[in-house]
Amino acid sequence: MYLTLLCLALLAGGCGKHETLVEIGDRTQELRIGNEGEPASLDPAVATGVPEHNVLVSLFESLVFADGKDLSPRPGAAESWEISPDGIVYTFHLRKNGRWSNGDPVTAQDFVESYHRVLMPSLGSQYSYMLYPLKNAEAFNLGKITNFNEVGVKALDDYTLQLTLHSQTPYLLSMMFQDSWDPVPVAVIKKHGAIDDRTNPWTRPENFVGNGPFVLKEWRINSHILVEKSPTYWDAKKVRLNKIYFDPTEDADTAERMFRSGQLHSDTQPPPSKVAFYRKNKPDLIKVYPYLGTYIYKLNVTRPPLNDKRVRKALAMAIDRNAITETILRAGQEPAYFLTPPDTAGYTCQTKIKEDASAARQLLAEAGYPDGKNFPTVEVLFNTLQTHKAIAEALQQMWKKNLNVNIVLHNEEWKVYLDSLRQTNYFIGRFAWIGDYVDPSTFLDLFTTGSGNNETGWSNAEYDRLCRVAANTGNRAARYDAFQKAEAILMDEMPIMPIYFYTQARLIRPDVHGWYPNVIDDYDFKSIYLVPEKN
Amino acid sequence: MLRFITRRFLETIPVLFIIATATFFMMRLTPGGPFDSEKQVSPEIRARMEAHYGLDKPLFQQYLLQMKHLLQGDLGPSFKYPGRSVNEIIADSFPVSLELGCEALVVALVFGLAAGMVASLKQNSAWDHIPMGLAMIGICVPTFVLGPLLISAFALHLDWFNAAGWYFPRDRVLPALTLGAYYAAYIARLCRGGFLEVLNQDYIRTARAKGAGGAQVLFKHALRGGILPVVSFLGPTVAGVLTGSFVVETIFGIPGLGRFFVTAAFNRDYFMVMGSVLFYACFVMACNLVADVVLVWLNPKMRFE
Repeated sequence: MYLTLLCLALLAGGCGKHETLVEIGDRTQELRIGNEGEPASLDPAVATGVPEHNVLVSLFESLVFADGKDLSPRPGAAESWEISPDGIVYTFHLRKNGRWSNGDPVTAQDFVESYHRVLMPSLGSQYSYMLYPLKNAEAFNLGKITNFNEVGVKALDDYTLQLTLHSQTPYLLSMMFQDSWDPVPVAVIKKHGAIDDRTNPWTRPENFVGNGPFVLKEWRINSHILVEKSPTYWDAKKVRLNKIYFDPTEDADTAERMFRSGQLHSDTQPPPSKVAFYRKNKPDLIKVYPYLGTYIYKLNVTRPPLNDKRVRKALAMAIDRNAITETILRAGQEPAYFLTPPDTAGYTCQTKIKEDASAARQLLAEAGYPDGKNFPTVEVLFNTLQTHKAIAEALQQMWKKNLNVNIVLHNEEWKVYLDSLRQTNYFIGRFAWIGDYVDPSTFLDLFTTGSGNNETGWSNAEYDRLCRVAANTGNRAARYDAFQKAEAILMDEMPIMPIYFYTQARLIRPDVHGWYPNVIDDYDFKSIYLVPEKN
Repeated sequence: MLRFITRRFLETIPVLFIIATATFFMMRLTPGGPFDSEKQVSPEIRARMEAHYGLDKPLFQQYLLQMKHLLQGDLGPSFKYPGRSVNEIIADSFPVSLELGCEALVVALVFGLAAGMVASLKQNSAWDHIPMGLAMIGICVPTFVLGPLLISAFALHLDWFNAAGWYFPRDRVLPALTLGAYYAAYIARLCRGGFLEVLNQDYIRTARAKGAGGAQVLFKHALRGGILPVVSFLGPTVAGVLTGSFVVETIFGIPGLGRFFVTAAFNRDYFMVMGSVLFYACFVMACNLVADVVLVWLNPKMRFE
């Protein structure tokens, strides 16, 4: 073994201290970011995850894009738009100088064909529902109608796109930050295979065509994705980065070490222990900010004793959320006393869960379990992961201490756990929801009757009605009032138990300029540039 | 010898068939499917996706279909990475694992054999105890401890290497050492044992009596017999090392095949699991065959039977 070390020293002798990738990148405007995982697909109609989205915002430009600072919709492929007084018809005027990376103009017809493609039942796009605000989009997607002309998408001329909604959707523009709304080069896709084939190889670097500020150059699975500044992009003058490397840093420890050794400018989701360390010792290298997501426990209301609302409330009231965020999570997460993260598009729920152990005991007694007597065995289900286990154990102890009930813990491998949730085959199940767009409806619609993600067996006609009211009104005050009432019902009926609101922790070097934290953690690569750190 | 190889080759066919069948049904009986995700998709969309990959057909029909494709050498598409075939993923990532594996094997053989031989020659001296003690540590320290330790020391503190990645030649050093250390330790102990047994044989004593020196005894007379245990150990080991290590590839962010063995199962990427299992099985059997041939060649007492 000491021979090993000797040889290592010899080998390294030739290496010595080297200029790090970050230092090189600062000189040449090449940004390197840890991207949390290997993107499964770079087809905007097929991709679903965060790693995919991060790359796609550099490669495609929707009608509008999210301003990095405040997430307000800024003119992207469309230079302007009008909204009819009733909020139903949106008319977008596309840029005359918008170009695909092969030089072709970006036209309104491209958008029509792209939306047609997303909604084709045969493509099986998982996020096709993002386009459901369009008139008849859902019916077309589910195969109930087959004539796409009936869907509310029309090209009035080469540069004018008209979208007709089935009802007012005040957050429509912010929905467009999601990749399903990106235009795709339909002619190019057809050249490489069927338009509705999700395995079509058009997103390979050698075939790729996009309309974004960057264009795909290299994609080595589990190694890196490289995008380069696109010379055909209409606003190329403003783009300051020359290249972006996306590293598929699946392992949080590895990513943090890469950041430390100068291989990455930025890395998200470092290990929790490291978050605490950086916040204390190197606060200039870490940013922790709210993230649009809530960690909850779902309660299966079809199973006794959880079919009794008093039991559900007692469980929710008998826990100390602050202890969980402060001692287990330790990365700035906020305790959640309701479902929708505070200040989501200006909405904050007014009804809060009261943490009160004695009132919880009282409720449990009323439900027939005084001092936890005769309380049947209830199981908490979570997917196998250290943090989930730690939280479940803490809750188990709090329930034992405050209610004298025995809760057992059960962990399952990820897909097995998802299957159990889907079949409502659990008592209490861990769940997390990250908002698709910045509006309370992305959270509250989850628990309407028939929502695929409800999975609790809970159904409430008044709740459904309020969510429908909110969906069909353009008046912000009236909408938020409906949301308040709906969330109050949710917090009274308690089919779910909010635990905490997410934060995003990001390691980022001070050399990265023009980057701003936001609740959906969207990159605005057009505004980012690098300035070498002064030593 | 040709008959021996032919027979062994024919034997692999039923073995591969059983492995493929078992893999197919074990994967399908596992709860959860490739298209389950935290954000549920509507039943219609899920049905479309399953239909796209033929997962809507009766199970036995799917089995026959997959067997047919396997016979044609088509491992099928990956569910997780739409647009990429399993053949392509293996072709992309196996060379990386192969390269890392070869480098690790060089580390293992050079250090393992050297330490083992020296220890056996100087039995019960410091030349024996120190390397063997280190070898024991090498066997006990798992790669997920050794890897981060090496990174901490040589990448983060001394700044000689990158902490992870697979871009430059120097990126090979730490992963190869991490992966090779365990095998080096094992080989050192096996080699010492093998040589000690041989060195106590009469013909070695004869050679010594005739005046052969240490090195001559070792390389001319003892080598062939002494490394027998190492060779039989190397058969299955080489296959394991060359097809990639999940742990080492994850720690060092290496785009090799090892990670797919594990993640494919987590993703319920059925065809990817089947492809990687069969690929691994073929490789193990091929390496075993080579090891057997080498053993017979080294040891005249054994015959091709």
